[in-house]
Amino acid sequence: MGIYLPIAEMSVNMVVLLAMGAAVGFLSGMFGVGGGFLITPLLIFYNVPPAIAVATGANQVIASSFSGALAHFKRGTLDVKLGLVLLAGGLVGSSIGIYVFAYLRSLGQLDLMVSLLYVVLLGSIGGLMLVESVRAIQRSRGGQAPLRRSGQHNWIHKLPLKVRFRASKLFVSIIPVLGIGAAIGFLASVMGVGGGFIMVPALIYLLKVPTNVVVGTSLFQIIFVAAYTTIVHSTANQTVDVVLAFLLMVGGVAGAQYGTRVGQKLRGEQLRALLALLVLAVALRLAFDLFVRPASLYSLAGGV
Amino acid sequence: MLAPRLVVLMLGFLLAGHAAAQQEEAPPEGIQIGLSTDSVAITSDFTGTNLTIFGALDNADPMVSRQGRYDVIVVLEGPPRTTVVRKKTRVLGMWINTESVEFKDVPASYSVALTRPPQDITDPASYSRLALGVDNIHLRPLDSGDAPMTVEEFTAALREQKEAAGLYAENVGGVQFLSRTLFRATLYLAPHVPVGTHKARAFLFRNGVFLRETSAPLTIRKAGVEQRIFEFAQQESFLYGVFAVLLAILTGWIGRLVFRRD
Repeated sequence: MGIYLPIAEMSVNMVVLLAMGAAVGFLSGMFGVGGGFLITPLLIFYNVPPAIAVATGANQVIASSFSGALAHFKRGTLDVKLGLVLLAGGLVGSSIGIYVFAYLRSLGQLDLMVSLLYVVLLGSIGGLMLVESVRAIQRSRGGQAPLRRSGQHNWIHKLPLKVRFRASKLFVSIIPVLGIGAAIGFLASVMGVGGGFIMVPALIYLLKVPTNVVVGTSLFQIIFVAAYTTIVHSTANQTVDVVLAFLLMVGGVAGAQYGTRVGQKLRGEQLRALLALLVLAVALRLAFDLFVRPASLYSLAGGV
Repeated sequence: MLAPRLVVLMLGFLLAGHAAAQQEEAPPEGIQIGLSTDSVAITSDFTGTNLTIFGALDNADPMVSRQGRYDVIVVLEGPPRTTVVRKKTRVLGMWINTESVEFKDVPASYSVALTRPPQDITDPASYSRLALGVDNIHLRPLDSGDAPMTVEEFTAALREQKEAAGLYAENVGGVQFLSRTLFRATLYLAPHVPVGTHKARAFLFRNGVFLRETSAPLTIRKAGVEQRIFEFAQQESFLYGVFAVLLAILTGWIGRLVFRRD
């Protein structure tokens, strides 16, 4: 069934988009990630212009984050104060990101930067996750108890301007929190992702936030950063396609529910290894496009 | 669903030629095209179609008509737009946009229908004088300082890309005479045909000599909801963004209600 996307100005198959949303939703429910990092590359593979894929990806992320954050809010696994500080940084980073986005687009280098950022980030995170999960699988086979190093302090805890975050049982400088927020806000606007796949490890490993509040807090602040990104992209670049976003959301919200159920049946480290392989596959596919000679060396774009 | 066949009917009607032909000095031939509608709407399942335009010759010489020595070329020209052509070259193994040339007033689309192959109608010099045909569209770079070699290369690339997308198309035999004076032109509209004011132009030739040109505007627009969304996004882009966010929140919330398990 064909449907015309008013902003992307192309006809696409509605079933394909719903299925794409459902598949990503399934994976995001299974692994507890937002799925933005999969949606945007998939849209690019489906020939949606990268500028529209990114802005629409940000819009789609709001729906899945909102429904996820609601669940965490009810369970009390959400640190609103930490989320707000991350958000403050996020808005600054996102503003810079949108400026950079418009500038790269006028230079004709946006597609390249989006692909490069994806390849580098997905490649390194996928690689790290794979190594970590394979080790965990080996350890559990060997019967060893996993090593715990919580309570250890690093350079981050020596910074000034410390603030107490009660729900996270954390007393930490506000500088790295704002910094992480800003970095992820930047990525959110340039890559069209929520940034959960970077935020979660950053909060766990850098700030030592307890694992149970990490996902909820990350989702909470992603809602706002993604909402801000969507509005600014729409105002500055007119690249948000609501029809496309809506189809992806509907598929995504439905898929996520089934993904969560399957995710609960699988073991943690196996799940992480699978996710790592998936992330690496997306990175490789994007890298392939960068290095293979394109069918046509020329491309057309509207005037600036 | 089958692609709808858009038919734009003739309004202009041929003036009876025979009364005038009896006189010593025949009045000059004219050409008319008539559009029954001034706008064509693209629906959400639009995958390209043919547009039919009817037209007529005025004061056609029956002798010339009979020998088939009248030729008609009909062009549907899209709105002019500034267009950037970018070229990728290999940098560190990656294919990156490195060079670009910006062109002014490039017709977003250009669909031609002819009675016969172009070389049989008139000579290249006439085509170039009339800027008629895909190869003769005036394409000028915005910055005249670019090297002529580069401009030539990028101009060719621009044509090639437009042709590949079906936006620049030629339909030889697309104009057919239905009677001595009445003709029908079939023009191809690509799936990505740009919206906006297009210009339908008809050129009349006799024995390879250009006689007359006529034109009529035709607006192509998106139909229904798609067009509203597009206009909303362009004109009220801030509100559109807010709407997109609210829609996402609502979808997320409803999804939660429908599938809640805790």
